[in-house]
Amino acid sequence: MSTDLIPLAFLMFLVTYPSRALGLLTPWLDRLPRIGFDYLQLVGPAILAALAAVSVMVVVSDEGTPMFHIGVEWIAVLACLAVTAWRRNLLMGLIVAVAIVVIARNLGLAAIPA
Amino acid sequence: MTASAVGSSPEALTASRRRVLVDAMGIAVSAIGFGFVYGLSAREAGFSPIEVLAMSVLVFGGASQFAAVGYVASGLAWPGIVLLTALLNARHLLYSAALAPWLSGVPFRRRAVMAHLLTDEAFAISIGHFRRLGYTDAWGYWMGAIVSTFIPWTLATVAGVILGGQIPDPARLGIDIIFPAAMIGLSVGLLTGRREIVAAIVGAGVGVAVALLSSPAVGIIVGGLVGPIAGLAVPARLAHETDPLAIRDTPADPEARR
Repeated sequence: MSTDLIPLAFLMFLVTYPSRALGLLTPWLDRLPRIGFDYLQLVGPAILAALAAVSVMVVVSDEGTPMFHIGVEWIAVLACLAVTAWRRNLLMGLIVAVAIVVIARNLGLAAIPA
Repeated sequence: MTASAVGSSPEALTASRRRVLVDAMGIAVSAIGFGFVYGLSAREAGFSPIEVLAMSVLVFGGASQFAAVGYVASGLAWPGIVLLTALLNARHLLYSAALAPWLSGVPFRRRAVMAHLLTDEAFAISIGHFRRLGYTDAWGYWMGAIVSTFIPWTLATVAGVILGGQIPDPARLGIDIIFPAAMIGLSVGLLTGRREIVAAIVGAGVGVAVALLSSPAVGIIVGGLVGPIAGLAVPARLAHETDPLAIRDTPADPEARR
């Protein structure tokens, strides 16, 4: 069994851990001005929304070029958002999103990603 | 806002923990689905089960692990992969900073462990829990970090690489939609006012625009940096926000709640 990529995993850990630890382990953050905390509070919604939007709206071609994508995934994600907000239940939202995609793809209404 | 004004009663703690459990179930499903797909992809790229396990335990970052599979498959040199990983995971610095005021009373060594387990999901679940309560309940962090994410993610990635050959067409099962749906679903708990909504919309729009011009990794980070600036532009009188981070209202004896 190959272990060639384990050093790569360790290098990836070395560049990831500092970004996770810096804020939690350094005391100066307690002295941030109020606007700094207001900014940080907004980071969560902004990044989560960016992650979701980029995941469903941008696909990368075989040549590595990002391209705009329109598909049933948009409807699925918006449905998850609506159901989660309405029922306050993420699991239910995920089930609805997956069901929409499965039905659309298996009925031939949506393309199946490569 | 004081701790007692927010939810220091045992009933409030129980209710918030119940909410954490429900959200954690959804996240665990997402982690299992997404992790399994990652395992499938890694298998296709030639990763062995022990290499996938090392990635999941050491890196523990879904998006960067996925990206690494693509770049390993395309033959990109390791320095490039490491740089991409640093860029994609830079957003954790913002999460870490946002959680710092809540976790400042936790012993240093425990915080060092918490840091390694900090993910999108752990952040969303724990910050929502702390804000509902108005004080720190580290139980919520461990639930979001370990029970809902680390264990299911790690096991699912290994299962994906071992069992992947037996699933002919995972896309037909809609597994790829679980991650973006989970991200947008998690954001619901953080949209507590107009500032948050503006930050989310602008973050998404800017993220997509920049992703199309450069790469998805850069788009996500720029969207996450620019969105909050737009949110801050909403006048405070229109914000209808909860007390941001409640940093100055954490209990005088934070250890009492751990």
